[in-house]
Amino acid sequence: MNTVAADPAGAYTLRHADDCLMLSHRLAEWSSRAPTLEEDVALTNIALDLLGQARALYTRTAELDGTGRGEDDYAFLREEREFVNCLLVEQENGDFATTVVRQLLFSTYQLETWKALSASTDTTVAAIAAKAVKEVTYHLDHATQWTLRLGDGTAESHRRMQAALERLWPYTSELFETDAATDELVARGVAADPALLRIAWTACVEPVLREATLEPASTSWTPTGGRRGLHTECFGYMLAEMQHLHRSHPGARW
Amino acid sequence: MSNEVGEPLWEVFIRSRRGLSHNHVGSLHAPDAQMALRNARDVFTRRMEGISIWVIPSAEITASSPDERDPFFEPAADKAYRHPTFYDIPKEVRQL
Repeated sequence: MNTVAADPAGAYTLRHADDCLMLSHRLAEWSSRAPTLEEDVALTNIALDLLGQARALYTRTAELDGTGRGEDDYAFLREEREFVNCLLVEQENGDFATTVVRQLLFSTYQLETWKALSASTDTTVAAIAAKAVKEVTYHLDHATQWTLRLGDGTAESHRRMQAALERLWPYTSELFETDAATDELVARGVAADPALLRIAWTACVEPVLREATLEPASTSWTPTGGRRGLHTECFGYMLAEMQHLHRSHPGARW
Repeated sequence: MSNEVGEPLWEVFIRSRRGLSHNHVGSLHAPDAQMALRNARDVFTRRMEGISIWVIPSAEITASSPDERDPFFEPAADKAYRHPTFYDIPKEVRQL
């Protein structure tokens, strides 16, 4: 069926597309449930930004992997093991502190990724990244503002933020993993170098945590597997909810 | 005036484009001025409504009272000469 040779870059763009889609879905779960009306709109705005990035990346992935799949095929008709998002973005919303910490850790990673990919030799990816930089700059600002206020806020807000950081911190090591395919794409100038991303990420996250009086968790547990389709327990439930309508009513439209 | 989580109320003013003045568009809750700006961005500029935002604590606004309506506004009702309606406008002036 495949008439075009698959470019390994397609596997790379798929990872980022899945990151965007899954975090978008998690943030959309806050819709009508956020602490205030204003925050409700803020979180769903971020969700919609990420959904837009996912759509562009799925379209590019379809060109690269030569399958000609559409956005809906990627989002609704793949099984759990076929999703290659990182584990961090699929983690449950928890309390508001958990959502804020997840956003801080991921948006910092994503901003550095998009900055680097703005110079990708894949000009389509570079264009997607350049547009996304502006959006994610705001996502990170939003998360940073809340991290500072809640981390350095009341005893209760500090306790919740610290607890969220300790729960989610282990999932950050996966963001900077590399493999043979990624190394090759870095050499081609298509992908961002995970080692450089880690340096930039650390330089951005640490000062924010320090100012927010929060301590990075000290743990040697480094869960991994998302990039190979091995997800945490909560993922299947989220996927079932996300795909249910499309699979029950194929081709349903608004 | 605060919401259920104790955040004060802010009035939001937005300038839709360069050269126009900021207009009042609504109010919202936020814990402080910086968060109020961000909330205003999220709530009121989702459809490219503006290029500049002001937020002002609602508590800082001094408003006229409905009780003062007559002494404040009624006296202007019969001062037609204050309106520039008695001037002939030259044809050459297209916009005034």
